[in-house]
Amino acid sequence: MITKAIVDRLKEIVGPENVLTQREDMLTYSYDAAVLDAKMPAAAVMPGNTEEIGDVVTVCHENSIPLTVRGAGTNLSGGTIPENTGLVMLTGRLNKIIEINEADMYAVVQPGVVTATLAAAVEAKGLFYPPDPGSQAVSTLGGNVAENAGGLRGLKYGVTKDYVMGLRFFDARGNYVKTGSRTVKCATGYNITGLMVGSEGTLGVLDEITLKLIPAPAARHSLVAVYDTIDQASETVAAIIAARIVPATLEILDNFTIRAVEDFSKAGLPVEAAALLLIEVDGHPAVVKEEGEKVEALCKKMGAASINVAQTDEERDKIWAARRSALSALAKLKPTLVLEDATVPRSKIPDMVKSLQEIAERYQIDIGTFGHAGDGNLHPTILTDKRNTEEFHRVEAAIEEIFDRALALGGTLSGEHGTGIAKAPFLEKEAGYSSILFSRQLRAALDPKNILNPGKITGVSTD
Amino acid sequence: MANMNELANLVKELEEQLVTCIRCGMCQSVCPLFEQTRKEADVARGKLALLTGLMDNIFSDPDGVNERLNRCLLCGSCAANCPSGVNVLEIFIKARAILAEYKGLSPAKQLIFKKMLANPGTFDTLVAWAGKFQGLFAKPDDNAQGTSCARLVSPLLADRHFLPLAKTPFHKEIPKDGFRKKGKKLKAAIFTGCLIDKVFPNVARSAIKVLDHHGVGMSIPAGQGCCGIPALASGDRETFTRLVDHNLALFRQERFDVLVTACATCTSTIKKLWPSVYKDASSGVKEQLTELAGKTMDINQFIVDNVAPELSEAGATPDQAAEVVTYHDPCHLKKSLGVSAQPRALVRAAGCNLKEMSGSDKCCGMGGSFNVYHYDLSASIGQIKQENIAATSATTLATGCPACMMQISDMLAKGKANIRVRHPLELYAEHLENTNR
Ligand SMILES: Cc1cc2nc3c(=O)[nH]c(=O)nc-3n(C[C@H](O)[C@H](O)[C@H](O)COP(=O)(O)OP(=O)(O)OC[C@H]3O[C@@H](n4cnc5c(N)ncnc54)[C@H](O)[C@@H]3O)c2cc1C
Ligand code: SF4
Ligand code: SF4
Repeated sequence: MITKAIVDRLKEIVGPENVLTQREDMLTYSYDAAVLDAKMPAAAVMPGNTEEIGDVVTVCHENSIPLTVRGAGTNLSGGTIPENTGLVMLTGRLNKIIEINEADMYAVVQPGVVTATLAAAVEAKGLFYPPDPGSQAVSTLGGNVAENAGGLRGLKYGVTKDYVMGLRFFDARGNYVKTGSRTVKCATGYNITGLMVGSEGTLGVLDEITLKLIPAPAARHSLVAVYDTIDQASETVAAIIAARIVPATLEILDNFTIRAVEDFSKAGLPVEAAALLLIEVDGHPAVVKEEGEKVEALCKKMGAASINVAQTDEERDKIWAARRSALSALAKLKPTLVLEDATVPRSKIPDMVKSLQEIAERYQIDIGTFGHAGDGNLHPTILTDKRNTEEFHRVEAAIEEIFDRALALGGTLSGEHGTGIAKAPFLEKEAGYSSILFSRQLRAALDPKNILNPGKITGVSTD
Repeated sequence: MANMNELANLVKELEEQLVTCIRCGMCQSVCPLFEQTRKEADVARGKLALLTGLMDNIFSDPDGVNERLNRCLLCGSCAANCPSGVNVLEIFIKARAILAEYKGLSPAKQLIFKKMLANPGTFDTLVAWAGKFQGLFAKPDDNAQGTSCARLVSPLLADRHFLPLAKTPFHKEIPKDGFRKKGKKLKAAIFTGCLIDKVFPNVARSAIKVLDHHGVGMSIPAGQGCCGIPALASGDRETFTRLVDHNLALFRQERFDVLVTACATCTSTIKKLWPSVYKDASSGVKEQLTELAGKTMDINQFIVDNVAPELSEAGATPDQAAEVVTYHDPCHLKKSLGVSAQPRALVRAAGCNLKEMSGSDKCCGMGGSFNVYHYDLSASIGQIKQENIAATSATTLATGCPACMMQISDMLAKGKANIRVRHPLELYAEHLENTNR
């Protein structure tokens, strides 16, 4: 329990203005972007530096207080929904870019730095930080690392885990742990960095993060291909990969999404089309030209009804604006939006798309599908109104079936949104009981009092 | 105080709008207040959650929610950027009204809104008095903005540089029964707005000059009141309704093709809030307000889009030696009404060398009464604006809203920047005068 004495101690550590306990404020830290029931914490703190983070963790350890770290609270799996008796640690004040090292191509940041802020700072120096989740304008790098966030460029450039070189974090007892290095190679000790990426605040509180940077691509080439059947689109994806071309981005929009985007943005999209592929290749100008032509030829060969190549930066922006507005356009249709991210091996995209259509029909619900076709990570987006309990039950059943189909196709429950609370009950289906047991033992050993974000990933909350 | 259950029922009026927030958190990227405080209760998502909390009756009193709801610039940056299209401003305005009606307005606000604002005549007289006595309170500062420092150490005034009231308000310059002039083609009615009337009458004079130059007929009825936004922002729907009734009656007596204002805040209030917030749905007034809203336009937009389209091409290759002007996008113009190119066109047409600042559409921090009750926060937000303006090395800042003009004047004076603040209409009118047109 967070007693008055503990609140006073927290105020000593971070300053009274950075400790919140009023019920109104607690309500605002009771939810994130996942469609789950909210849960109010007992208090929230905003530390301003490493020492303060450490002291707060120590207070939690000494008093067995559940601790949930919150970045921008945009995760889609309930990772920041706290315990009622718990403390929420906000990283909003920890938002400094400590270093951008051009010679060795890395950046060191505090965990509360916003993804897009780093991307812009790095770009200004001619470098590139590729992971670009759709939420990058607000998401924090701490949240990205803790969720192993992906983005549109995953196919060629990988996801957050491919860019984390080193971390500094506080473990459950308040000890400061340093992992990884600022070198490209590092072979000392366990790969604790790898373990921490995607750990959703259950193994430690991230402080400094060292991220790999790469040179910015010199040229880009974007196109849109229009298809009469979704199979032709999926087959094009397979053909591009088979031709050993790795586009930076290879996205698909289904008919439902195309119509929603067109209604919303009047961008002139073909509303009759069954699917659109949005493709971008980047790199050395000569290679980009060659690959661009090959991709175009493949789209034609696989039956694209038409192809539109961006000739100018403006046209390129227009293509990607259509993709970026997919979620907004769908969100406007109904009050509740459940954004899933079940992922399958990319050769199985046609089967997955078909499954989604069947599921939508069987459960009589609206599903718009778009996403990262190139890496098998689709975003079936279910539109509903959670106040309509009868329909919401059907939605839940449909989600479970989406999971089952993805697993049957050799896929995973989540490509990038994490386990959190939302997928914890289903994890065993994917990984098996031994894997859950191993994870629980790992946690128990590192965090005997179970204070670090209880209930996430491995299930079992303390409340 | 009535019980919280009753309040929960009142807030239910907003349920259909509240459920459209999907809690995605994208509003954090644009909220000027959140940028300063990093607290969830300061951003739209948090405030919408609090209102949902009131609706679910989870609080024992409304004060905490009320206080947090009022910590907001009503700038609409969140709404303009919201993927789910949540009508944040309308929700906030209605919620403020519900809470104020439930709690009762504070006595000071009751005096200001019910006694003064709601009665244009009294308000004008009081302001005229204040104008005569303001020398006692402020000492003239010798700066390009023409602002004054507070002379008496008053906690409410802090170290504000506030613009003195005009010697004569604009409405005293026109005939007692209003100003009317025949034109060649279109006829525009002008809604003056309080700040232009009492602080920036030259903007109204410039409007007349510009419309006249382009052969637009005009009518400015006498006895205009406030658009009602200050009362509405404080939750006083009753005063708002009275002001709307008063103004509507006045303008219904006139014949015109469009209603224009040179105040972004008035325009967006008339277009968006008059029809949606006016309470009595049965009287047929709502239809009249919707019709009026359809005819209402920002004056820059009217001139450039409807009257003189050739101006949108003007100054494409600016004279590099001309005066450097930078333009600030008022939230109520760009985010609320989507008007951003037309005021810039007027600046260019005025022969100025327009140089963009970074973050031109970032809120200046004014937010009406937010500036009064949260001056420190308002000033830190304004300081970002001031630095962005100064970085352009412009000698004039142009913007299409008198409220922004006040805030930016204060901020520039604070930063000791020798930059004057003008409405695009003033620059264009000056240009017409200088070129003898
Ligand atoms: C509109 C929208 C689009 C999205 N698009 C994508 C996308 O394209 N790809 C994608 O992968 N995700 C996407 N997401 C999901 C989400 O934005 C990401 O998971 C993101 O990484 C979360 O960052 P955050 O700062 O909001 O973290 P939060 O939600 O605050 O936290 C996420 C998790 O990280 C933990 N955490 C945060 N900071 C720390 C720290 N310092 N130490 C330890 N643990 C910490 C939290 O406890 C929690 O478990 C999207 C979400 C939305 C709403
Ligand atoms: S951006 Fe809109 S939908 Fe998203 S949290 Fe903010 S108000 Fe809600
Ligand atoms: S109106 Fe402005 S200050 Fe208020 S919540 Fe929205 S963005 Fe923030």
